[in-house]
This record gives sequence, C-alpha cells and structure tokens, in this order.
Amino acid sequence: MAEAVGQMRVSAPPPELERIPLVANQRDIGWLSDKIAGVAEGKTPLWWWVAFVPSALLLLLLLTMITYLISTGVGVWGNNHPVMWGWPIINFVWWIGIGHAGTLISAILFLLRQRWRTAVNRAAEAMTIFAVMCAGIFPLIHIGRVWYGWWLLPLPNSNSIWPQFRSPLMWDVFAVSTYFTVSVLFWYMGLIPDLAVMRDRAKTKLRQFLYGFFALGWTGSNRHWSNYEKAYLILAGLATPLVLSVHSIVSLDFSVSQLPGWHTTIFPPYFVAGAIYSGFGMVLTLLVPLRKLCHLEEVITMRHIDVMCKVTLATGSIVGYAYATEYFIAWYSGNPYERWTFWHRVFGTYWYGGMAMLLFNAFVPQLFWIRYFRRNLIAVFLISILVNMGMWSERFVIVVGSLYQDFLPASWGQFRPTWVDVCTYLGTFGLFFTCFLLFLRFLPLIAISEVKGVTPQADPHHPLGGAKVEERIPDDE
Amino acid sequence: MNGTSKAYGMIAEFSTAAGVLHAAEKIRDVGFRRWDVFTPFPVHGMDKAMGLKNSKVGWFAFLGGVTGYTCGMLMIWFMNAVDYPLVVGGKPMFSPYSAFPPSYELTILLGSFGSLLGMLFLNRLPRLHHPLLKNKRFSLVTHDRFFIVIECDDPKYSETQTRKLLEEAGSAHLEVVEE
Repeated sequence: MAEAVGQMRVSAPPPELERIPLVANQRDIGWLSDKIAGVAEGKTPLWWWVAFVPSALLLLLLLTMITYLISTGVGVWGNNHPVMWGWPIINFVWWIGIGHAGTLISAILFLLRQRWRTAVNRAAEAMTIFAVMCAGIFPLIHIGRVWYGWWLLPLPNSNSIWPQFRSPLMWDVFAVSTYFTVSVLFWYMGLIPDLAVMRDRAKTKLRQFLYGFFALGWTGSNRHWSNYEKAYLILAGLATPLVLSVHSIVSLDFSVSQLPGWHTTIFPPYFVAGAIYSGFGMVLTLLVPLRKLCHLEEVITMRHIDVMCKVTLATGSIVGYAYATEYFIAWYSGNPYERWTFWHRVFGTYWYGGMAMLLFNAFVPQLFWIRYFRRNLIAVFLISILVNMGMWSERFVIVVGSLYQDFLPASWGQFRPTWVDVCTYLGTFGLFFTCFLLFLRFLPLIAISEVKGVTPQADPHHPLGGAKVEERIPDDE
Repeated sequence: MNGTSKAYGMIAEFSTAAGVLHAAEKIRDVGFRRWDVFTPFPVHGMDKAMGLKNSKVGWFAFLGGVTGYTCGMLMIWFMNAVDYPLVVGGKPMFSPYSAFPPSYELTILLGSFGSLLGMLFLNRLPRLHHPLLKNKRFSLVTHDRFFIVIECDDPKYSETQTRKLLEEAGSAHLEVVEE
C-alpha cells in the first residue's frame, strides 16, 4: 500500500474539484497571526466596554444574591415541598449542557477529522469552562449549608463517615469536577503554541513576561510538536468518553430515582444529545456577533456557520426523536402515573414549559433544513437563542414537571420562583460573559496554530505550500 | 561568566512548508543527530522527514489512567466497605457497578494529566530560557517562517560544510546563534 502511494504522481486538482477553503481569500499564515492575535492587542474597542460593564454588574448581582442566600437560608428561593430542586438544579443542568459543545468540537470533531473545527474550538472550549463554572455554583449553594460542601469530597467528616458512593449524586461530583479539570487542561494545552505567538508579538515587558511564562518556553520545535500532537490526540480520545459520560451521569441523578418522568432508561443518550444541541446553540449565539465585531469573517466563514447549523439540526432532531420515544413509552407502558405526568407536561399547570420545549427543540431547528435559514445570520442568531430557551424549558419540564405531581395527591403542590431565583440565574450570565469577554481581550480567541495548519500554505504537497506541481509524494522507506 | 559567548548552532530560514520538509530530508540523510526543525504549526510528514520515532506520550497517559481506575476502585471499597460500612437502601457495601462511574472519571482525569505532563516531560518543558528565544529573526517561527537548526554540539557539525549543506537545501537566510 505504502509502496503504491510512493509511486503515485500528484498534480493540483482541477479547479471545480478544489474544496471551499477554510480560510477565505487565500490569506497567508502571517496574516492569520496578525488578524487573530490583533483582537487581543491594541486599544480596547468600544463594543467590548458596552458588553463588559453590564456583564460585570450582573456578576455583582450574582455575588449579592449568593451572599443573601447564604446569610438568610434557602427559603429565599421558591424551592419547597414537593418541588425541592427548582431553579438551581434546572440552571445547573442547563449550564453544564451548554458546556458540552466545547468538548464536542475540540475532541470528537478532532477524532472525526473535521478540519473546520479549528476556527471555532478555542472559543467553544472557553465557553465550556465558563459554563461549567456557572453550573458548578448551583449544586454547591443548593445544599443549603454551604459550609458543609466539603462533605462531597472523599474526606472523612466530623463523625468519620465517608461519602456514600452508591448515590449518583456522588458520581456527579466526580463527573463535573473531572469535566472542569480536563476541559481546562485541554484548553491550556491548545493555548501553549498560541501563547508563544502572543509572547513573540508582545510589545510591553509585562505582556512578554506573562505570555512567555505561560507559553512554557515553546519554540515550535518539531520534536516537541511530535509529542504535542500525540498528547493532543490522546486528550481528545479521553475527552470524548468524558463528554459522553458527564451528561449521562447528570441524567442518572434523575433516572436512578423512581419518579414518573425521571425513571427512564432513555435519559443518558437523550441528555447528551440535548446538551450538545444547547451547546451549539450557545456557540452560534456567541460567534455570529463575534465574527462581525472582531472582523473575522474570513476565518469563521459562512461555511463554518452552515456546518454548525447542520449539527444543531442533527442533534435537535435526535432530541425530538427522544421526546417521541418518551411519549410513546409513557402511553405504551400502561403505567397510569407515567401517563399522568406526560399528559400534564403539555396540558397541566406548566403547559407553557412543555409546549416551548417541543416547539423550540423539536420543530424550530428543522428550519435549518432550508439553506436560506443557515445563510441568514439574523435567522441563525434568533434560532440559536430559541434553542437555548427551549433547552431551559426542557430542564424546567423535567425538574418541576415531574416533581409537582407524583404518586400521591398528598404530595402535590405548585412551584413559583422568587425574585432571588431569577436574579441568581441572571447573575450567572454576568459571570459567564465577564469571563468570556476577559478571555477575548487577553487570549487569542481562535487557535492560531491550528488554523494555520489547515490552510493550503501549510500543506507541503499543495502548490501554495511550496510544492512543485507534478511532484512525487515523498517516499516512505 | 567569562564574557566570551559560545556558538549554539546554525539557524537556516525557509519560507515554505515544502521547502523545509525537503531540506529536513536532506539533513536526515546526512546523519545529523542534534538538530531540529521549527515550524509555526505541525507540518504533515515532518516526523518521517526527520526520521523521528512514534512519540512515547501514550505510556504516560496509560499509566495515569490505570492509576486513576485502581485508586478509584480501592478508595471506594475502602471507604464504604472497610473503614465505615454503612447500609444504605439495602445495597451491597461494595459493588463494582456503583463504584464504576467515579473510577471511570478518575481514569480520564489522571490519564489526561499523564498525557499533558508526559508531553511536557518528554519535551523538557517548561524551559523559559533558551538560546533560540533570544534571537530576533527566530521569533518569526511563531509567525510564518520555518527554521532548521543544527547545533554545534553535533559531531558532524562544521561551520563551512554545514553552511554549504543548508544553502544547497534552499535556505534563504543563515545565521549562527550564540549560546
């Protein structure tokens, strides 16, 4: 096989077979450095401040709400019998779901050799980290007495009792903290060559020192690249089962219980599909305006937006299929409690949640079958927001919709969020956007060296990479 | 600190990926040992052109993963079945099924650390001080240039011969870098 390849002659492909380039206008690799690193250099643009000030204020609101909650008690929330989980757990599941797109793009699409991922993976990974931070706050403050939060760690508490590992809540602690740590490692590893780019461009002593320090002395040595690429591949291979396991384990928090609406085996794959769906929604929400504001239309091209819309369509359809299966099984099982819960999802007190979930998750993404909607940036942006509203509704339906009426009418009740619930949720947007904007301002938002690697200039067998046309492919001895 | 600076090696600049790839093949065939190619991104086929073997990072990741899984299982068994057995919901004190998810996560966690730290160890990073990093021209390596560096410590190195070789390989710019 190798022999045969060695004998083959290559010539430039005919123009009609040439792929649509990932970077428009045949920009050279130096241009990519200037353009991408430029976003984090120079004077801070006005739009950044316009976005940052409200974000920072919302972050302040979050801190105020958490202080109020801890100093007063969980009674300030709407959580009460029978809906003990309420908004905090909805928000936890929602945020952590959003985080899933980052790892999907960086790990799974890497293993699948989807080269377009290079333009969006850095921002998506950053989004993951910040979304998991927002998510992690909720279970911690939801335990009520936060100062006992350390009981979740494998440490003996004051009575020398260890954590109870037969509970999925304990599995969740390990899943979420591993997810956060590995996402940070993956992100940082991808950043090392780009921090070296920033180091070599830095004008001030402080920037030189800081970028240089975190670049760890990266020189671009091919002996280093060789180990680096292998490590990246292994990390991608490890992050792939991780991303699938995290939301599966989150779903086990629900499905290991006996409650109608929760006790189903479809939950793990259904949660993972929903997570990736909402994550792509958020990636589109962020990148559609960003590519315009940072003038990166030539790097994050319409082709990138188009592919991400297609992923949204695919995962949205999986979610829709999961809904159909759930409803079918609820009816087919003949279980009256199951039937009751599912009927009341769309026709009960919280019918609007169930309707929003069906409409926004199963039907709205179907618009992406039509090319017009994938090409119209305003439509993409609006749909991406509906996607996340839909996914929030889904979490609401699952948490509140299953808890407010279970087996006995004695444990029926209503749920109403308080202003503290609403403000805490809004506050997490402050945390998310503050972190994201700081990331944009100080780090390259696109993986510079990875995008360089997918240009034709980087390919030693392409005429733009310096290859002579009709040249023999180097033989493998 | 005797004031005289020793030469570190000769750097040769190339402007295209194909150029540096073919030059690397020539250097490999001459039989140099202490030399390296520096590129802004990993160039496809360069490992073969340099004659590098498969990276050993996988062993570090594997070791991390095995450690993670073993520690997870042992930890849960010790905590829930040995040190403080407590009946919860009539479930067994230890079951590999319920202990699997946390152990699985620990496998991935330590495997990832193994991978990243193994990569840094094999590359002898962090190394913040390096003769090449002081060179103005060399800083273009993170921008759009490609370099081949042959160290003076290489037994085959000779100022004139090596210069000639690199020029023939198509380098547009040659420079000797001080230690």
